[in-house]
Amino acid sequence: MKIAVQIPVLMSAVLLNAVAGGTSAATVSDAQLQALDERIHALETESAKLREQAAAALAAADAARTELEKMKANLQAAQQSQATAAVAAPAQSSGPSAGGANGNAFNPGIAVILNGEYAHHSLKPDNYVRAGFPLVDGTGPGPQGLSLGESEISFAANVDDKFYGQLTLSYHDDNGSVGTEIEEAYIDTLSLPDGFNVRAGRFFSNIGYLNSHHTHTDSFVDRPLAYQAFLGNQYGDDGAQLRWLAPLDFYLEFGGEVFRGENFPTNGANHSGVGAHTFFAHAGGDVGTENSWLAGVSMLKAKSTQADDGFSGDNTLYVADATWKWAPNGNTKDGGVTVRSEYFLDRRDGTYFTPANPPVLDVNGNPIDPALFLPWTGDRRGLYLEGVYRLNRTWDLGYRYDKLWAANNGPLASDFDPLRHSVELTWRNSEFSFFRLQLSHDEPTRNTTDNALYLQYDVSLGAHGAHKF
Amino acid sequence: MNKYTFTVFLLLALVAPHADALSVFACEPEWGSLLHELAGDTIQVDVGTSALQDVHVIEAKTSLIAKVRKADLIVCSGADLEIGWLPQLIRQAGNSKVASGPGYFLASDQITTLEKPSSLDRSEGDIHPQGNPHFQLDPNRVLAIAKALDARLVELDAAHAAEYQKRLADFSTRWSAAIVAWQAKAAPLKGRKVVVHHLSSVYLNTWLGMEQVGALEPKPGVPPTSAHLASLIEITKSSNALAILHAAYQDPKPGEWLSERTGVPSVTLPFTVGGDDKSKDLFGLFDSTIDKLLAAVK
Repeated sequence: MKIAVQIPVLMSAVLLNAVAGGTSAATVSDAQLQALDERIHALETESAKLREQAAAALAAADAARTELEKMKANLQAAQQSQATAAVAAPAQSSGPSAGGANGNAFNPGIAVILNGEYAHHSLKPDNYVRAGFPLVDGTGPGPQGLSLGESEISFAANVDDKFYGQLTLSYHDDNGSVGTEIEEAYIDTLSLPDGFNVRAGRFFSNIGYLNSHHTHTDSFVDRPLAYQAFLGNQYGDDGAQLRWLAPLDFYLEFGGEVFRGENFPTNGANHSGVGAHTFFAHAGGDVGTENSWLAGVSMLKAKSTQADDGFSGDNTLYVADATWKWAPNGNTKDGGVTVRSEYFLDRRDGTYFTPANPPVLDVNGNPIDPALFLPWTGDRRGLYLEGVYRLNRTWDLGYRYDKLWAANNGPLASDFDPLRHSVELTWRNSEFSFFRLQLSHDEPTRNTTDNALYLQYDVSLGAHGAHKF
Repeated sequence: MNKYTFTVFLLLALVAPHADALSVFACEPEWGSLLHELAGDTIQVDVGTSALQDVHVIEAKTSLIAKVRKADLIVCSGADLEIGWLPQLIRQAGNSKVASGPGYFLASDQITTLEKPSSLDRSEGDIHPQGNPHFQLDPNRVLAIAKALDARLVELDAAHAAEYQKRLADFSTRWSAAIVAWQAKAAPLKGRKVVVHHLSSVYLNTWLGMEQVGALEPKPGVPPTSAHLASLIEITKSSNALAILHAAYQDPKPGEWLSERTGVPSVTLPFTVGGDDKSKDLFGLFDSTIDKLLAAVK
């Protein structure tokens, strides 16, 4: 800066000298002129030198400024990358030590469901009969008064890179027979290519909608009448499942299962212990951001011997299910409506015996006195339709219509078709707990009515569940 | 080329229009936007959720399963944010590419998280053992994640490595400059106190030097109650709070209730890309967030 100011000063000094020389030109000698000329020349040289120096200094200043800016930028970049580095995860995270002393680090995720209820029935549960549909274990109106519902504990974890395993133990209390049972115990594949999944072990079949869902995710205290009548609330058995998901823009899944055939609606583990098999297809997708749907068709085919409802022979069950969910902005936990329906067609071709008085069998499993057997051939049907309105994250309100159509002929023929209406109100404190009030008006036969009130609590502890849609 | 060959080629072209393009599923819009910065149209991106949805409680919808089924890579926040639905999506999709390994990218694995609880008990609400998962509002963490994500793209799709690297360099330059500008602009926010809805703005607060004096949710994930809101009136007034903040997906009513009684403005932050008109990408998200906070200063 200083140098730049000096230059004009210097220049004006030179000029001044030149003008001064000019005014006295008439009186000066050649020698003086010569001397003056030399001086001007010297000054010019000096000024040029100074100009050069000034330019050099300017260039140096420029260079310094560039350097400074570069340093500033570097500093900023350094600060930036420092800020980024400070938040970046260390490359070597402090995992378990090489000694591997912590044996609990790989414990499976443990989830506990606690569930209890109070029920009041206007019709004594012991006197409850459903026209055309014998009650099998665990179904029906449930106990009067206070009882522990299905409380369960499950363990789940990835086994290795190829398998996932889950074990669910449940406490149950069916008509006084208390016990713990293995509800589910299965492995899933994780690494089959192209959308294939295989499951093996004991598990709930993927037929219908509700069947593969655990009851604590239901919107009502008890299962629909059709699930009670045709699947004993929920069909699970020992078997294997293959599913394939099509590589499409929407959801399209096909699958099939083979089961031992030991649990209702089948029994007896026929066909050398492969007594039941299923097929199912589900499709689903979104309509805009606020609507989602899921629909499916399923079939269960089994050969049964003395099932809980007294049936022996070939039974086939067809299920069609449809679910529609609407929620503002797709926030299903904060509001919206869920409508769901499932339709059942149950086809029997076999014989019936009174379960309370089973016939004596010969060594081949055939009844010694065939007269005790009645032919049971024909169809029964069932349906439920439910709608749940979610007011907000805390409250929801629902209505369910239940209907069963009994057979017109055969051992269980009835000209009355059972019917039930239920309403429920649920209060949730968090994702992990809810309390539910349910009122039901049930007409199981032409002459009986059961008005019921249920109060239920349901909480989950431990590992955070990830539920199916 | 005869007609038959032509038809076959046409069919192939129809069946596999993006056969070689990497297909990526992003759990949240911010990662969708980041993927767009890092890869442009080189990859095909599906975003699973929107800024108007609470990503803690998304359902494992069939449409999401279909998207995960087709993905070569999934990019999610992690830190248990998606624990209620992502594991279900992966298990149902039967897509081994994204179940684990390079096809499974969690942003939380690339950075350090804040608010790691020292003790775990659900009486404290829906807490996240791996720390607060709402780190998309810290631009420094976003940059760290961008670098890791770019490396992952290069690993999975080496054919386009040069493109990804070039775009990362470009993004880093623009992003770093933007951070400096945002910090300068947001200087008046330093030291100001805010009331938040859910504990979701700790990263923003830490970055801009703001201080949280209260939360509308009594515990994380537990909806605000009137008694709890009433207890916030005094602290909101006495701390001379700048604003009552909530995200676009959260119910504005509790914040407005408190605002009416305290005179402190209730401010809706976009929270992620798509949360308001200005938040069309990550840059817009921060522009809008800082502008909305500064508007409360005046």
